[in-house]
Amino acid sequence: MAEKILTRNFHLPGSHTLVLYRETGGYAGLEKAFAMKPAEITEEVKKSNLRGLGGAGFPTGVKWGFLPQGHPGPVYLVINADEGEPGTFKDRYLLERDPHALIEGMIISAYAIGAHLAFVYIRGEYVQPWRIFGRAVAEAYEAGLLGKNIRGSGFDLDVIVHRGAGAYICGEETGLISSLEGKKGWPKLKPPFPAIRGAFGAPTIVNNVETICHVPHIMNRGAAWFAGLGTKSQGGTRMYSVSGHVTRPGVYELPVSATLRSLIYEHAGGIPGGRRLKAVVPGGSSAVLLTADEIDVTLDVDGLKNAGTMAGSAGVIVMDETVSIPEALMVVARFYAHESCGQCTPCRESTGWIYKMARRIVEGKGRKEDLDTILDVARRGAGTTICAFFDGAVGPYISYIEKFRHEFEALIRK
Amino acid sequence: MVRLTIDGKEIEVAEGTNIIEAARRLGIEVPHYCYHPGLSVAGQCRLCMVELGNNPRPQIGCNTQVAEGMVVRTDTPKVLEVRQSIMEFHLINHPLDCPVCDQAGECWLQIYYMKHGLYEPRMVDEKVHKPKAVPLGPHVMLDAERCILCSRCVRFCDEVTGTGELGIFDRGDRSEIGLFPGRELANPYSANVIDICPVGALTDRDFRFAVRVWYLDTAKSICPGCSRGCNIDVHYNIRRPHHNQGRRVARLKPRFNAEVNRWWICDAGRYGYRFVDDPSRLGAPARGRGDAAQEVGWEEIIPLVTAQLRRYRPDEIGVVASPKMANEDFFLLRRLVDHLGLIHVDFRVPPRTPGDEDRILIKADKNPNTRGAELIGLGPRPGGLDARGMLRAARDRRIKCLWVFHHDLQASAWPAAEVGDALRAVECFIYQGSNSNGVSAAAHYVLPSAAWVERDGTFTNFEGRVQRFWKAVEPLGLSLADWEILGRLGAALGLGPEPASAEACFKALAASAAPFAGLSYRELRDTGKVLSA
Repeated sequence: MAEKILTRNFHLPGSHTLVLYRETGGYAGLEKAFAMKPAEITEEVKKSNLRGLGGAGFPTGVKWGFLPQGHPGPVYLVINADEGEPGTFKDRYLLERDPHALIEGMIISAYAIGAHLAFVYIRGEYVQPWRIFGRAVAEAYEAGLLGKNIRGSGFDLDVIVHRGAGAYICGEETGLISSLEGKKGWPKLKPPFPAIRGAFGAPTIVNNVETICHVPHIMNRGAAWFAGLGTKSQGGTRMYSVSGHVTRPGVYELPVSATLRSLIYEHAGGIPGGRRLKAVVPGGSSAVLLTADEIDVTLDVDGLKNAGTMAGSAGVIVMDETVSIPEALMVVARFYAHESCGQCTPCRESTGWIYKMARRIVEGKGRKEDLDTILDVARRGAGTTICAFFDGAVGPYISYIEKFRHEFEALIRK
Repeated sequence: MVRLTIDGKEIEVAEGTNIIEAARRLGIEVPHYCYHPGLSVAGQCRLCMVELGNNPRPQIGCNTQVAEGMVVRTDTPKVLEVRQSIMEFHLINHPLDCPVCDQAGECWLQIYYMKHGLYEPRMVDEKVHKPKAVPLGPHVMLDAERCILCSRCVRFCDEVTGTGELGIFDRGDRSEIGLFPGRELANPYSANVIDICPVGALTDRDFRFAVRVWYLDTAKSICPGCSRGCNIDVHYNIRRPHHNQGRRVARLKPRFNAEVNRWWICDAGRYGYRFVDDPSRLGAPARGRGDAAQEVGWEEIIPLVTAQLRRYRPDEIGVVASPKMANEDFFLLRRLVDHLGLIHVDFRVPPRTPGDEDRILIKADKNPNTRGAELIGLGPRPGGLDARGMLRAARDRRIKCLWVFHHDLQASAWPAAEVGDALRAVECFIYQGSNSNGVSAAAHYVLPSAAWVERDGTFTNFEGRVQRFWKAVEPLGLSLADWEILGRLGAALGLGPEPASAEACFKALAASAAPFAGLSYRELRDTGKVLSA
């Protein structure tokens, strides 16, 4: 059994408290970080091969390096806790069971990038995680871990916890920034990227909860150790949210070099009832669907990329033979039609249109040309939008139909 | 400056220019909906895609700034395919109700569809339904189904007027433009959102169902509503006289002038044209007061009026010109006043309520040509009376002949009794103007003027910019441009032949009045010239 890092305390009662976090070695990484120069921390994170675990998989240290050098105004750290990708629920566990790991990671990261104000944008539906995390922030303030002159280091950091209002698009980093600024949660045009002009016009780094929770461990045990846990291009472990037709759904922390097959059959206990596997969504609803014979792939960013899909948010949705893929597409299409922010035309118009076509097919009113229309509309819209939302929707639109076209055609023939 | 290539043509443009503007300089149109040069870049419509160098993914032209050596293509198969796709997306939920839509004929969905349409509709499902015919304010009507959500109107209210009435509500294909709760789109510039709306979503309540736009003709003009001198187009309908209740001027639209009004005009100016086709227009010269009033021809009235002007001593005659008149009119009036040796001349009549003013366009002086009247010398002279002084002198029978241009003295800041006493006392009251008003009925002689859209001319705005306006429609009835009336009177008074045109008047003005020296209609072009003085 591989070593657990992020989830090591999850089984302990009181794992969310400062007392327990400290007893288990918490805030030691912070002491180490304060002895280092900020640039050295960024360098260490670069060497660790830590990659963003929210969805895009961008190297974290490289992202930090995009901040303008010697910027005269404020710089902000924003934690993306708007965990909204269907099939993903790992950040919720972190917020509820180890909130101080995030706080310690934020202090180190803020110190590294020179931020004195950090925002934590928590998904509106996450009431319990928000309560628990809010208490942890209060504890940290009381213990002098947040606020002025943290632990005598001379470094100041304030944290603002902000709740979203229920929009998937606010998990897109610039949509999140718009929402944080009090505006409608519309993604922003890039360039400029947030590292140059982000929240409230200031250079901003947006990182996922899980990503930042890794940072104290990298400080404690070194970049080489962290990099060694993973593959050549991605260090560390990762939390996989497994849902659907498995015996033991839940969150599993594995090295990113583990395979999808081992995750489903060894860790999650395989498919219940002796039924056969039909398909797996490996990285949240936006990932390309894998068929039952495509699961011998490693779960790291590049491994899944090479398999034609993506690691995304590591939300693994398992579908057994009882699942109708056309129905699954209808459900996914409904989600994207419901959540499209409506800002730019291709996404606003085509998500609704594709949902209508998918629903019609499931209702037995499909037309022969519908499948090719969906594929064509998806392909034409891909790459034309402000943010990656539609490109994410294109993953399921195309792969569900291409890999299970016979199921759709059977419904249309009826 | 930055040098780049667009569709194989080289061009040098200023740093910070975007691809749409750079291409425009080369005469290449990059289709777009949400981009507007007067507003921030939104990047929402996704229509202005171009290919940049070897980048396989087309990029939007509006948010791409030029760079040295950039190679842009706006005409590749990839770009054309993307445009076609985006047009399809824009149209799948559009009601396609062109036959009943006011925008038809000037709709950018129609225009771009003709060029970039798919022509094979694939959408068979029920369209999204949204509110229709929703009044947003006194001037603007919303049809949310026609809206393509380009957000130009929202950005206008956020960025130009700063009033922020509009927002986009809901999301996905249910998104719609709307008012924030408790708000009304009633800012002084509200109707500009109609102009910048590229489709039929925002229409003009004043213009709705009045005339199909393809029956309209256009004349360049200047708004006479205040001293800003906003550049406008007059849209008039003479092809279908039975439409729009016979009103010829159908609407005014802003005309771009970087130095004056950019893309905008205020609502007061936009809707200030109604007097042109109003029943109050004076259609024929007339003599006699009240029941004795009698319409006559110009051949008859000119000798009658000149006889009156000759009958009185110069110090018994008062002339109240109007800052609504053109420079050409002022020039001929000045010549006539000098010829007769008149000393009581003025043009200022204060309004009852002071005009509103803001920091965008609106000026407190609601006259288009106060500066011209000043420069051409129609203000009070040494020893002469000002306009109010003339009224008092008329009451006291020291002034016996009063010649008032356009002003409704009853609507002035002066007490009505003072005005009434003066007009009753004066022996000869000549009223020259386009419309009847509170004082015109008291006139012994009425000289009907053409409205500004019925003639050529120039106004000098508050900063001394001389700007041309062009004739759109024929003078109503027998009315004549003020310069023509003054030219005929001048000829009858021995001032030589009548000038042949407004341009000839301006030429003579430029030859005689120092501030206008060297100017000509040609020199003024479309956008005017600021006087150096």
